[in-house]
Amino acid sequence: MPDEAFNMAQHHKDADMSPSSTAAIEVRDAVKRYGTFTALKRISLTIEDNEFFTLLGPSGCGKTTLLRMIAGFEDVTEGAIHLFGDPIADLPPHQRPVNTVFQNYALFPHMTILENVAFGLEMRGKSKSEARSKAGEMLELVQLSEFAKRKPSQLSGGQQQRVALARALAPQPKVLLLDEPLSALDLKLRKAMQLELKHLQRETGITFIFVTHDQEEALTMSDRIAVMSAGEMQQLGSPTDIYERPRNMFVADFIGETNLLEVSVDAIAGGRATCHLGGGHELTCNEVEGIGVGAKVHLSIRPERLFMSEEPAEGESLKGRIKENIFVGTDISTIVELAEGPDFIVRTSNSDRGNKRIFEPGTEMFVNMELGAGRLLID
Amino acid sequence: MAAVNDNIKSYTGFKAITILCLVVLYAPLVIVTIYSFNASKSITNWEGLSLYWYYDIFAGPESAKWKEAAWNSFTIAIVAATMATSIATLAATAMVRGGKFKLRTASFGLISLPLMVPEIVLAVATLIFFNSIGFTRGYFSILVAHTAFCIPFAYLPIQARMQGIEDSFEQAAMDLYANKRQAFTKILLPLMMPGIISGFLLAFIVSLDDFIITNFVKGAGVETLPTAIFGSVKQGLKPNIMAISTLLLGVSVVMVTISYFVSKKDNTQ
Repeated sequence: MPDEAFNMAQHHKDADMSPSSTAAIEVRDAVKRYGTFTALKRISLTIEDNEFFTLLGPSGCGKTTLLRMIAGFEDVTEGAIHLFGDPIADLPPHQRPVNTVFQNYALFPHMTILENVAFGLEMRGKSKSEARSKAGEMLELVQLSEFAKRKPSQLSGGQQQRVALARALAPQPKVLLLDEPLSALDLKLRKAMQLELKHLQRETGITFIFVTHDQEEALTMSDRIAVMSAGEMQQLGSPTDIYERPRNMFVADFIGETNLLEVSVDAIAGGRATCHLGGGHELTCNEVEGIGVGAKVHLSIRPERLFMSEEPAEGESLKGRIKENIFVGTDISTIVELAEGPDFIVRTSNSDRGNKRIFEPGTEMFVNMELGAGRLLID
Repeated sequence: MAAVNDNIKSYTGFKAITILCLVVLYAPLVIVTIYSFNASKSITNWEGLSLYWYYDIFAGPESAKWKEAAWNSFTIAIVAATMATSIATLAATAMVRGGKFKLRTASFGLISLPLMVPEIVLAVATLIFFNSIGFTRGYFSILVAHTAFCIPFAYLPIQARMQGIEDSFEQAAMDLYANKRQAFTKILLPLMMPGIISGFLLAFIVSLDDFIITNFVKGAGVETLPTAIFGSVKQGLKPNIMAISTLLLGVSVVMVTISYFVSKKDNTQ
């Protein structure tokens, strides 16, 4: 039955020559309301074929709701979702050629690992033996062949995670949805699985849509990231875009650590904006569209883009005093107090200790940055 | 500082109350069981070990009556428990998986109400209802009445079981191309099975041992074991009653034991 639906979908695709039909997923003006509560406020986004796409945001931002709408577990209040050009918003989950890796894995407890992985193939009409042999191959891919006859409860969390992945990939979905699949694993295993997932995506060429609240995970794995908050998309872009050029306060604050400074824009010339912050300090940064002279906005400067010196360096320099050094393993975070200005956090790599770029608390010094290291934010 | 002694054995009167309860509950059962092996025709004088009364039930002058009553009892219990369990399974599916619907709490109350209504009221009500619709009393009226009052007994363990099954299993099944029916039969039903078996066994026992309702709706000539035993006791207590009671007790113990082990087996983990 599902195969029929897919074939029909294929026909549609051939007939529809609109350019959007090459996108794996296209969400158009999707709204989700639960009674009076709006979980998603008109989201539109296009996910390309073969892409590792991440929906990133704090809990309650609507990222999981959007994923479940693509999977078919939540209906779409308004708007449309297209899969390779075909509308899928009205199809039940079992007729959508997408598979999900659930947060709690949802492995069928009464079936063996092999039966779990073969389930989707059997439901799509493959014979039992064919499904089992394909499932066996999938287990080989995730290196769990020896566990084929065990029950899910006899496996560790990391192994269950890989079974869930094998089960979702076995029917060769057009898009794989991953709902915070790594959140239950410990840090080391999580790091290893991040790489494994990334490799698996490259090898299979299947579009992955990954949901997470862990910004580091998102930056590590994704081709593109959609940052969401309160049911709205805050920014969509590559990890570098999101990290280096956050569009607004929320994104700058949510992704990584940053210094958020209140500034007012004094002048704009030649693509540069001159701003002043508390205590009469002045800074120059790149102009941002939509922020004009006189605007009181925030400026974000990543702690690792700052460095300290005894004499002012080239570029921007602000005079300050060391308040505290905090050792965080690979790095040292230094809190710097500007004269009559805000505090800064400066992050210095631990290996820089030899270069004497770390100062004792109380030392008067300069905080420096390259031109353009700061980023003006739309509130 | 002395450790707080929360060992229940140290509570005042623990031993006495425990022994009293056990004696009141189990002494009659033990005595009936022992005296069912008595060779005497008297129910109180012990005259030596014998299987005579068991022989009497199966091959004595009244054996036909006992066999028919037993046949009625067991077939009614099996059919009524099966039907009640099927209905209860569907009811539990709707209640637990049907999302929030109006009157959900009221529905739950309606399902479990018969457990709280005095059985005699239920018996009279059922009798009046059957009479008013012209349902002739006999084997089938017992069957229908038993099915009805067994539903809440079957429902409770099934519902309890189902509440412990996350709905992500069915979602995973549907995500993997199973339609609603396949998700139910291949995933939900096997996971619910321990609850369903417990529910069935409970319904079976409740049906097997019901007297009051059966006595009201059975009509003349149709007897189940409890009504046959009651009828026989009215004509004087004979030791064969003890043999039958002991056999029924044996069936109950087996059922309860199976139910216990089945409900302990957790296949959701």
